Amino acid sequence: MKEAKLPYDIRRELLDKSHDATDKRYGYDPWKRPIDEHINKGVINLDKPAGPTSHEVVAWVKKIFGVEKAGHGGTLESHRAFNHVLCDEAIPRSLVFCP
Amino acid sequence: MRLHSDVSDQRLFEVCEEFEGPIYQRPPLRSSVKRTSRIRAIYCLQVLERDGRDVLMKTGCQAGTYIRKLCHDIGEALGCGAHMKELRRTRIGPFKEDETTVTLQDVVDAVHFWKENRDESFVRKIVQPMEKSAEHLPRIVVRDSAVDAICHGAQLAAPGVLKVHTDIAQNALVGIFTLKGEIVALGRAQLDTGGTLKVDRGIIATIERVVMEPGVYPKHEKQGD
Repeated sequence: MKEAKLPYDIRRELLDKSHDATDKRYGYDPWKRPIDEHINKGVINLDKPAGPTSHEVVAWVKKIFGVEKAGHGGTLESHRAFNHVLCDEAIPRSLVFCP
Repeated sequence: MRLHSDVSDQRLFEVCEEFEGPIYQRPPLRSSVKRTSRIRAIYCLQVLERDGRDVLMKTGCQAGTYIRKLCHDIGEALGCGAHMKELRRTRIGPFKEDETTVTLQDVVDAVHFWKENRDESFVRKIVQPMEKSAEHLPRIVVRDSAVDAICHGAQLAAPGVLKVHTDIAQNALVGIFTLKGEIVALGRAQLDTGGTLKVDRGIIATIERVVMEPGVYPKHEKQGD
């Protein structure tokens, strides 16, 4: 089964324009955020069960984590199961951008 | 997709191949989008398996493509009619069915281990950093001193740029990142990669959406002389 070649599957190289160091006192490596921040700035690649609506699933996730805001990427009919992205906190929807 | 009558394999493959490329679609009645005829790109459409009138297909398509309508239109092109029987989205941008895919049960379990046993490791495994959502975007890396200004809405100027991806076209959507790999904002490239590397002044990207909150990195004190 050939893997679909989608427009953003293009391989890129990161080129240097200039050099500088980063200050350890500010910000975090995205994988090393303190747990609360990690959750609030996180996304879950959720295999949603067929049946409940995306909205219901988001509500459950909010309750499980105890967060106030969460969203989902993309709509699909509720009786479909699908690969579904949940964003904790106020991650802008345009972040999951598919041209 | 379920066909409404029998069709030969050859005819089926022929017609499906015709649907690869740009197609016209008008959103259905129940839709949150304006109902004008619009073009969607079908990057690929593959027939995987067939069982009589049931056809299993895989398609890579532009966001906002109505698969139900696609199946209907394939049926029309075949002459016999068809409808979408089942649908599963297997990929959106950087998110696929892989080891990062979890079920609601996994979520419940992970939070349980965290709350009851003080074990963060499962939560960290199931929750990806938000940067994962922008993994597929071409990236521009900026210096620490440029970050806070961008968080306040300032455009990205040449002196702030440290690294730039190849193959960035003018007007492309780009992700603006710190050296640590945190996402600062989504921007719109005003210059392509070559242009960005060449200039030492001017606007490299306008900001479409700030993601990082101000104050994570300090305000840059402009050096007086």
